[in-house]
Amino acid sequence: MTTRSRILLAVAALSLVLMYVFPIWTISLDAPQYPEGIGMYIEINTITGHKPNDLNNINGLNHYIGMKRIVPESIPELKLMPWLIGGLVVFGLAAALSGKRWMLYTWTVAFLVLAIAGLVDFYLWGYDYGHNLDPTAAIKVPGMAYQPPVIGTKKLLNFTAHSWPALGGWIAFLSLGLGVILSYAEWRRAKRSNHTVAA
Amino acid sequence: MNPTRMKQIGFGLATVVLIAAIGASCAGSQQAGSTDDAASKVYVPPGQHDEFYAFMSGGFSGNLTVHGLPSGRLLKTVPVFSQFPENGYGYTEETRAMLMTSHGFIPWDDAHHPELSQTDGVPDGRWIFINGNNTPRVARIDLSTFETEEIVEIPNSAGNHGSPFITQNTEYLVASTRFSVPVPQRDMSIDEYKGNFKGMLTFIKADTPGEMDIAFQILVPGYNYDLAHAGKGPSHGWMFFTSYNTEEAHTLLEVNASQNDKDFVAAVNWKRAEQCIADGKARQMEAEYYHNHLNEARIAVSEVKRSVTVLEPADCEGLVYFLPTPKSPHGVDVDPSGEYIVAGGKLATVIPVHSFSKMLQAIEDEKFEKVVDGIPVLQYDAVIAGEVENAGLGPLHTEFDGKGYAYTTAFISSEIVKWELGTWQVVDRIPVYYSVGHLMIPGGDSRKPWGKYLVALNKITKDRYLPTGPELAHAAQLIDISGDKMKLLLDFPTMGEPHYAQGIHADLIKPRQVQFYQLQDNKHPYAVKSEAETRVERDGNTVHVYMSTIRTHFSPDNIEGIQVGDEVYFHVTNLEQDWDVPHGFAVIGANNAELLIMPGETRTLKWVPRRAGVFPFYCTDFCSALHQEMQGYIRVSPRGANVPLAYSTGQ
Ligand SMILES: [Cu+2]
Repeated sequence: MTTRSRILLAVAALSLVLMYVFPIWTISLDAPQYPEGIGMYIEINTITGHKPNDLNNINGLNHYIGMKRIVPESIPELKLMPWLIGGLVVFGLAAALSGKRWMLYTWTVAFLVLAIAGLVDFYLWGYDYGHNLDPTAAIKVPGMAYQPPVIGTKKLLNFTAHSWPALGGWIAFLSLGLGVILSYAEWRRAKRSNHTVAA
Repeated sequence: MNPTRMKQIGFGLATVVLIAAIGASCAGSQQAGSTDDAASKVYVPPGQHDEFYAFMSGGFSGNLTVHGLPSGRLLKTVPVFSQFPENGYGYTEETRAMLMTSHGFIPWDDAHHPELSQTDGVPDGRWIFINGNNTPRVARIDLSTFETEEIVEIPNSAGNHGSPFITQNTEYLVASTRFSVPVPQRDMSIDEYKGNFKGMLTFIKADTPGEMDIAFQILVPGYNYDLAHAGKGPSHGWMFFTSYNTEEAHTLLEVNASQNDKDFVAAVNWKRAEQCIADGKARQMEAEYYHNHLNEARIAVSEVKRSVTVLEPADCEGLVYFLPTPKSPHGVDVDPSGEYIVAGGKLATVIPVHSFSKMLQAIEDEKFEKVVDGIPVLQYDAVIAGEVENAGLGPLHTEFDGKGYAYTTAFISSEIVKWELGTWQVVDRIPVYYSVGHLMIPGGDSRKPWGKYLVALNKITKDRYLPTGPELAHAAQLIDISGDKMKLLLDFPTMGEPHYAQGIHADLIKPRQVQFYQLQDNKHPYAVKSEAETRVERDGNTVHVYMSTIRTHFSPDNIEGIQVGDEVYFHVTNLEQDWDVPHGFAVIGANNAELLIMPGETRTLKWVPRRAGVFPFYCTDFCSALHQEMQGYIRVSPRGANVPLAYSTGQ
């Protein structure tokens, strides 16, 4: 790896530390009755409201449609995530220190797999919350499910749900992107130098 | 009475009646009112906010109402001195103590003058105060919650009209007695009024919530004291009160108190009072009065005080001076510079304007006409800055635009007259409909008026709105004062008699708003923090129901084991932590009121069932799509029945 690649990899790995500080994802809900807005953040180890009582109020609203309460303490992924991200930081730094190309590739692939798994997991949670409704719920709309979008905007009865990466998520994407670019550049460089040797 | 005098009075009355009649008939033909241009100036599009808050006294309703300007929309009624069944104020166990006085529980009053707290002579948006005129009291309303937080009773006072005017840093509010009475109160012949009945000027410490108290009182001659205003800027440290009935008459005052050519503005140097008290020149006087305020659990508690500090002018030289002021002065208003003291003499033909600096000079030069009960009367010519001529009939109150102009209401001629400070020339006049008392310019009695709008507070509304039987709403009229000519923009009805009002730019109030009370900070002894804590407990014949509300159910919603004649206390906690989600609570046969419980708050309703049966309770404030389902039952068994106490939700 070039010195530049190693520095950039170190930056990519270290920037993930910010995921402990900034929320990763945000889901906001618009409704006529909530001009001031209501929503929640997915953080590395918990889920919080945009405002102190938003999560409670969302749970309160969800009970009309029979959706399960969102209880951050009962979501195992939130316990796992700090360790996984921590592992990425440590391994990424180790790769940058050693300068070994295979470590860079491993880091990037692992990160990519984790990111995809994370999004799939997020989708599945959304599916579960949106579909497994209490049959005794007060409001039942035939054929209606309340699965929030993984990314983007979706209308759910009187609410419009917006789901987007938050600052921590954008940092993760940038870090991952940097890893992919570095891997590609290093792969190209390796191939070129192999060529040179062969020639 | 001599016949000439009778004739004069007869003539005077006839003139008044004639003028009133002309006023009324002109209005009909003129069809004065808004134009299209005016409509656009008061139009606040849907979803947008008014520029100013207007706080209007509710007069005999005992409330304070909050309107937006320029739209005139009614935004809220804040109950202060009156029980208010709409939300249970004065009925609930948490608010009843707010209406306690030394005369017992008084669930009504006559609220006259709202007064915003000030910093540096400018309204700051923290609190608004208002007086109870009938049973002398002063209240503080917090402008982060728009709730009455505190009421202090004024002892040795009778008819708290000249109140609660404020000093420029909210150091003191004043309360001057309208009626002079025996001080201390005693059984005596009313014929012996003269010299025996006394007036009291009260200074109330106002700058600390929960600690309003009588700082000191000044015993003054037995006149009627009417209104007041504090000095500001150079005159800070002084308070000015109008008086009438310097004749000290006690019957048929309309004649007997209108004899003297001049009554007085009393100028009180309250900094001097502080000094005299520090020097030990005051005395303690026995006086029972109540101080009611919200404790940290937001429950009103009463504290009974037993004595007050009283100063007599004769014992404290330089404390009070009288400024002679023509013919039964009513309002007294201090201009933004603090130099001019304008007195509206309700029977006078000119508006006299006193000069503060000339007053100080006259005091120094001892230009006294005489001394009454230790109070020097200054020479009129030595203190007068000017007289505004042709300022309408029955000038009452003056406010200022901060641009060098004053606006005075003329009650008898139903008009507002604009005149210039310094030249004392009238520059404009506009008719109002009808019989205007106070007027209000947002900040118009402060050092920095927002001189854009003026609100005329009229006593009579005839023909201005759709008729509603013998009783018509009082009227407020919004007048544009941004240009050279005053322009009528809007009429809007008000609650009670909107005696006086205060206005403030909305930006000073909006950021202070409390959206809900933090549940974890709820210190009410009967609060529940979650449904898990809800329960019912019996203690002899008393039953405490620890109940919660949340959209859209009560917990518990089925209660059994109550007996006829039990004293049932429903302590209802609203568990919501969201803005604008109060819940109501009402139970059949309640002899008092309903509850309206703000998010995070606990309120208690006492209910004594009189017959056996199963009775519903329900939420009165439409809270969600399932509001109608928000209900429960309470089973009442005959006295001595063996139905066990039971409660549940959702079985
Ligand atoms: Cu409700």
